[in-house]
Amino acid sequence: MTLLATKNICIGFPSRHGMFVAVKDLSISVEPGEILGIVGESGAGKSTVGNAIISLLQPPGKVISGEVWFNGQRIDNLSVEQKRRLRGKKIGMIFQDPQTSLDPLKTIKQQLVETIDLHLRLGRKGSEQRAIELLEQVGIPDPKLRMLHYPHQFSGGMRQRVVIALALCGEPELIIADEPTTALDVSVQKQILDLLRKLCIEKNVGMILVTHDMGVIAEVTDRVAVMYNSQLMEIGVTQQILGNPQHPYTRSLISAIPRPDKRIERFPLVTYIEDVIEPEDEFDLSCHWLGRSRDFSMQVAEDGTILQVENLCMRFQISNSIFKSKRRYLDAVKQVNFSIKEGETFGIVGESGSGKSTIARMVTGLYQPYSGAVHFLGKEISAINHTPQVLAYRRQMQMVFQDPFSSLNARMRVMDIVAEPIMFHKLASSKEEAQQIVLDLLKLVGMSDDAYAKYPHQFSGGQRQRISIARALATRPRFLICDEPTSALDVSVQAQILNLLKDLQQELNLTMMFISHDLPVIRQMCDRVAVMQHGQILELAKTEQLFTDPQHSYSKHLLSLMPKLDMLTQRSQKTDLQALHG
Amino acid sequence: MFSFLVKRLLQSIVVLIAVALIAFSLFKFVGDPINNMVGQDTTLDEREALRERLGLNDPFHIQFYHFISNAAVGDFGISYRHKVPVSDLIAERAPATLELSIISALLSVIIGIPMGVYTAIHRSGFISRSFMGLSLVGISLPTFLIGILFIFLFGVILRWLPTFGRGEVVAIGWWTTGLLTWSGIKSLILPSITLALFQMTLIMRLVRTEMLEVLCTDYIKFARARGLKENAVNFGHALKNTLIPVITIIGLQLGLVMAFAIITETVFQWPGMGMLFIQSIEEVDVPVMAAYLMMISLIFVGINLLVDILYAYVDPRLTIDGGAKHG
Repeated sequence: MTLLATKNICIGFPSRHGMFVAVKDLSISVEPGEILGIVGESGAGKSTVGNAIISLLQPPGKVISGEVWFNGQRIDNLSVEQKRRLRGKKIGMIFQDPQTSLDPLKTIKQQLVETIDLHLRLGRKGSEQRAIELLEQVGIPDPKLRMLHYPHQFSGGMRQRVVIALALCGEPELIIADEPTTALDVSVQKQILDLLRKLCIEKNVGMILVTHDMGVIAEVTDRVAVMYNSQLMEIGVTQQILGNPQHPYTRSLISAIPRPDKRIERFPLVTYIEDVIEPEDEFDLSCHWLGRSRDFSMQVAEDGTILQVENLCMRFQISNSIFKSKRRYLDAVKQVNFSIKEGETFGIVGESGSGKSTIARMVTGLYQPYSGAVHFLGKEISAINHTPQVLAYRRQMQMVFQDPFSSLNARMRVMDIVAEPIMFHKLASSKEEAQQIVLDLLKLVGMSDDAYAKYPHQFSGGQRQRISIARALATRPRFLICDEPTSALDVSVQAQILNLLKDLQQELNLTMMFISHDLPVIRQMCDRVAVMQHGQILELAKTEQLFTDPQHSYSKHLLSLMPKLDMLTQRSQKTDLQALHG
Repeated sequence: MFSFLVKRLLQSIVVLIAVALIAFSLFKFVGDPINNMVGQDTTLDEREALRERLGLNDPFHIQFYHFISNAAVGDFGISYRHKVPVSDLIAERAPATLELSIISALLSVIIGIPMGVYTAIHRSGFISRSFMGLSLVGISLPTFLIGILFIFLFGVILRWLPTFGRGEVVAIGWWTTGLLTWSGIKSLILPSITLALFQMTLIMRLVRTEMLEVLCTDYIKFARARGLKENAVNFGHALKNTLIPVITIIGLQLGLVMAFAIITETVFQWPGMGMLFIQSIEEVDVPVMAAYLMMISLIFVGINLLVDILYAYVDPRLTIDGGAKHG
């Protein structure tokens, strides 16, 4: 019997300007023991479906029409109290961010016992016993002791395990997992996905897995539904959809995923998306302000080295004490050495906490290194104290941050945001000239003219990241540091931004330091890669060499964790063959 | 924890000395205390002798040094006006003020928090809207006006409650209390409500805002997704998370309640420290003013320290030793 089925449901959010329809005419079904993936980009309405099934839509959202059937019973028209009884007991839910899904002020035990006792009525002792069993099942070592801890004492992956244990408290028949691994590292992602898969098989639980990540879909789902712009594009067996997509949207979405298996020059764009403005190269950069009057007075070393890092160390104090012996430190970066040649893209890859971003912050001067030296354009910039001198070097080096939502000042217009570095470094003679430069910069990164008078919140994530790039280019730097520039963005937008960075690098002869946890992206972008773990560089190699013949065991491990997109590869082989025959 | 306490205590001492310095130097400009102490027919010589005896001719830093070293052992000198030790005066008046401010602080917490929770949960209900409307009155009307309105309504028109004084008091050792007699309790009602009204509305609005924010968090959504009952979600999970910022404000407000008591005490002729302070200002009674200010700042500093310790108790993430983080 079908576990859950939605029949032509429409979900809407009434507002002053009429009804905003978030999901249109969606019909999906899940069988017991089956994992159904819902994939799509942000704003496609995929999370709304999950929330609607468990009736936790953010008010004033509601199901406008259609029916939801669970185990042969219609559930969308139940009373509030009846719906609450379903939640946790029949339908469980797992959210995206394990950092925020647990009540920070209660121990794991309190939260588990409360939920178990509510659903199973086992009493205090029984619930405690059950809680220990559950924690064991989700793979938390020493559950008896760990149970007494607070959420902040667990790592991200462990916390997500606790969240899963909590979702299992009522022994639900259906679990809705909303981006359960998006906030986690690759290695942890694999463990969590394996765990979910195992639970589905062992307990014959049905699951709806909402995600934007095709790799996750390929790895664990049985069937997949592709959503775009509030509508279902296609639904079917995962192999079929990924291997042989019928709908043009699915096809272009799949083509935009960075390929882990081979390097290609440019990312194919998701052509199905309407608001792409391809940068028109109307002006010739070589005679434009941006290209022309760049300051090349500071020479790179003879061998072309633009940045050299020697024995760089960073240590943070994690607990203070009057006694020196009792102070505890965290060595975030330990004895790191590398050099970057002009014009190349240098990648740093590693899991969270490996010290990647700390290096970037020390190179740009946001952190003062604990020891070691940063040489930039032949000068040890970490040792200069004289401000005007430092500024001259800093101007040559700019940074693009990960989160486009918090890296732009929300109270400034785009015009002022991009003009700020120009005015600060006095690179333009007048306000009018600066304004013209800003307009050109915005055009260069593919934004339309009317963008410059708007505020950041009026733009999407991808557009904001373009603005950040424009701001970074405004000082005419020679060296650009990109710290996870696309990890907060959708695949289609990621493809656009990465293409943009590649173009700009060629046109402006930029040197880039590219930090990412995403191996396929690294493969597409970088010339050389450093693999980091626990603050140390374990392997430094040419990109192709690393991907084809990794030397260090950790590199091998990381590469083995890359979601397998074999189905996609098969498809491309197939199309290659077709092309041959055709 | 220990090093934290030591650090905070040292900081507190610096704060207290700073307050003493500012207060003491200000009082040098409020007027000549001798004028108010002596009669019209006192000769210049006699005045000069008195001045010398009180140490008013010493240079400023010597006077300040005497003040600090005496204050450190609880000796604030002798009131110029009442001619009795300041510490006795304050000990006599303190119970009235402390009783009034603690009762009104309790009132504002006991009524303010549930009102805040209620208005956050039933955001657009009729009752919450009327609470919100009423709270505007509480925030915007000045205390003395509310006090006078209360006196007019309950004292003059309805004649239900007394409008001035503490009523009958019972002495327990040096402490005098009005809580044990009917007339004492009746006298306490109007001033404590007047004093509490502002804090109550403030706490209500703060709890409401914080609660609304907490109700939008993922862990509340996850608690709902586990099927927990509304009450368990609202009071078990949401309220506790709301309390952290609320504790800070309540702590600060408790100090303010005592300071604000000046106005309420004046309006209701309440024989507390505030009244004493106002009278001392009129009479340029420097020792009393200095002692009062020192006491208020001591209370502020003490409450702040208490709030910091409470924090660590409520929020496990803030344990000062920082519980070992496990993988």
